[in-house]
Amino acid sequence: MSDLIKFVEAESKERRTALPAFNAGDTITVHVKITEGNKERIQLFQGTVIQRKNVNTNGETFTVRKMSSGVAVERIFPVLSPSVEKVELVRKGSVRRARLFYLRDKEGKAARIKEDKKFEDKAKAAPAAPKAAKAPKAKAKA
Amino acid sequence: MSGIIGKKIGMTSIFQDGKSIGVTLVEAGPCVVTQVKTIEKDGYTAVQLAYGDKKEKNTPAALLGHFKKAGATPKSKLVEFKEFEKALNLGDSIAVADVFVEGDFVDAIGTSKGKGFQGVVKRHGFSGVGGQTHGQHNRQRHPGSVGACSFPSRVFKGMRMAGRTGGDRVKIQNLRIEKIYPEKNLLLVSGSIPGAKNSFVILEK
Repeated sequence: MSDLIKFVEAESKERRTALPAFNAGDTITVHVKITEGNKERIQLFQGTVIQRKNVNTNGETFTVRKMSSGVAVERIFPVLSPSVEKVELVRKGSVRRARLFYLRDKEGKAARIKEDKKFEDKAKAAPAAPKAAKAPKAKAKA
Repeated sequence: MSGIIGKKIGMTSIFQDGKSIGVTLVEAGPCVVTQVKTIEKDGYTAVQLAYGDKKEKNTPAALLGHFKKAGATPKSKLVEFKEFEKALNLGDSIAVADVFVEGDFVDAIGTSKGKGFQGVVKRHGFSGVGGQTHGQHNRQRHPGSVGACSFPSRVFKGMRMAGRTGGDRVKIQNLRIEKIYPEKNLLLVSGSIPGAKNSFVILEK
């Protein structure tokens, strides 16, 4: 990609990194701004992320799938869209692929996704890692 | 009219007023004025702008003299703009911000991508035969009849047929300038612009 395209897309970096890190398989709640006439309200859309597309570009989107009274609903949200007010990570899923289109053919118990229980440990370990590198120095000083 | 010469960089998308719009990045200018045409001398008024660096050894001597007159280094693209709105002198340099402001509507001129020898469906938008049945076993994308019978006994001039496609000068009108980055000589123009990446683009207002 051209440097100039990167330069233009870097403007939206703040917005892209403001969202919590989520991937396919995770359950998230999207706070969607809806304008009806002059009124603005927030609607929640909770479901499973089945794919993230065009990651790290201005065109990045994610698809959320949920069962709404027996009918499957899939919504595609652009990451930079101003109507996406907030995204909350509800549950971390453990899946083996990036695109979970196989969920479309499954129902009920078969469409479950295993929870990634190691995620919290990983999250703790990740920020701890750079600290660990610094820690011996601190100890040495002490 | 006023305008500038640039280079197509590529496309991305931005959000404007809550809507996602596709934009083309154009790196435009700074251009050098290499000739000023006047009514007294040339019979009409125009300004010739030059853009894009070029090696001296690849420039003909005659052109080298032309650039020398304007005090400029050799450039690869020369374009004439008739009745330029700004009064310019030989050797002046103009940047994006001198010509356009955000929100302006411009026309973009480029050379479309060459497609080679193409049939009538791609080249002229014919719909083809429209079905595989009723005896159409080998002519799905054919043009059909090109004329009548013993009168006029010939095919009319200009009949649309297969041939070399693309590589033409194409002008797209009324594209909005969404954003200008003067320090990078960069423009964001809404929509697409004809031509390949790194090809020359003329923007005029």
